Amino acid sequence: MITIIELYAKWIKEGKLKVNSDWNKDLKTKFTIQDPCNIGRKSGTNKIVDDLRFVIKTVIGEENFIDTIPNRDNNYCCGGGGGALQAGFPDQRRAYGKIKLNQIMATGASYVIAPCHNCHGQIEDIGHHYGSKYHVVHLWTIIALAMGVLNETERTYLGPDLAEVGL
Amino acid sequence: MAEAIKIDELDIEFKDEVLAKVPDANFDLCLTCGTCTGGCPASELLDMDPRKIIRMLNLGLDDEILKSDWKWVCSMCGRCVAACPMKINIPALIFNLRASIPRQKRPKGILGSCDQHIRTGSAMGAAKEDFKFTVLDVAEEIREDHPGFEDLQVSVDRKGANMVLNQNSREPVTEPEEMGPLWKILHTVGADWTYPSVMWAGENYCLFLADNEGWKYILEEFVYHVDNNLKSPYVVNTE
Repeated sequence: MITIIELYAKWIKEGKLKVNSDWNKDLKTKFTIQDPCNIGRKSGTNKIVDDLRFVIKTVIGEENFIDTIPNRDNNYCCGGGGGALQAGFPDQRRAYGKIKLNQIMATGASYVIAPCHNCHGQIEDIGHHYGSKYHVVHLWTIIALAMGVLNETERTYLGPDLAEVGL
Repeated sequence: MAEAIKIDELDIEFKDEVLAKVPDANFDLCLTCGTCTGGCPASELLDMDPRKIIRMLNLGLDDEILKSDWKWVCSMCGRCVAACPMKINIPALIFNLRASIPRQKRPKGILGSCDQHIRTGSAMGAAKEDFKFTVLDVAEEIREDHPGFEDLQVSVDRKGANMVLNQNSREPVTEPEEMGPLWKILHTVGADWTYPSVMWAGENYCLFLADNEGWKYILEEFVYHVDNNLKSPYVVNTE
């Protein structure tokens, strides 16, 4: 059992996945990360979340990455885990997510990379609920954008600023 | 004047019940320092927090704990036990509180997702035939319309593939085009991969439901299929 994130990092290091951050050199679009609890704290090591940072910095440029505080194995759960998205307590789930929202807002980043689908759903929901303007994207979207192979049909989660990049 | 609690007279059943299943949960070691509560996003919700629930457990307030819906508000993220100086396994308590509720009375959203998964192979109820149809259809669209990917290969149950990938069912069911970027990366690096038809979805709501039989069944079916039918050495979690 291995995560796709570890493979992305391996393929970049081996030169099989040739990606860089040239597309973002002038745009300077700022990104932050949601560390999913299951691959961070609950995996017992920071290996996967460190690989995640390596991949993201490679594809967006290190200077455009702003980490949340705290982060990695000490990160806050987004509030969508443990079945919360389906548990029938939306008010409490959103109150729980306020900490995550404040963490994201403090980074000033306009994009949140959420490599877990639960986190993705919850962070989008709290963003809408509290009126925040950030966008939530899957990791593969930004890798494919940096590769120059992201089709216009694959840009649902990108904001207007990146909607045309590389097309 | 208030009377002191007489420890010897306390009827503490639930704690012993959980400790029988999780002997190293350390509930008795709580120093009441509150580090768990200080770092828990669910603190104060429904008038509960991790330190309080451990106090209540140790005082035998079983009815009150079992009644509280906080077990469904806590996400079992593990931040409490990671910070706890005595390594008290609060998420294990929450899991067992969930398991103490009759199965049919657990939250219907989680219950429904678990039942769908057992029945169809995905929490959203998409059967393996539907999954196969969708991924092959999206792959065909990419081959036709996305320059440079005319040779893109996507397969289900291809025996002997080096890697078997799971996929969160929200992608094929609600946003199938989101799988494209992943496949393009796999294609570019020349990965030898396939999807499984059996229990193909990456999520497992039976775990959240605290349905031990259910989550184990899902996993065992998946592992059996990968080991015996596909004979693939690697499983790749895509999230």
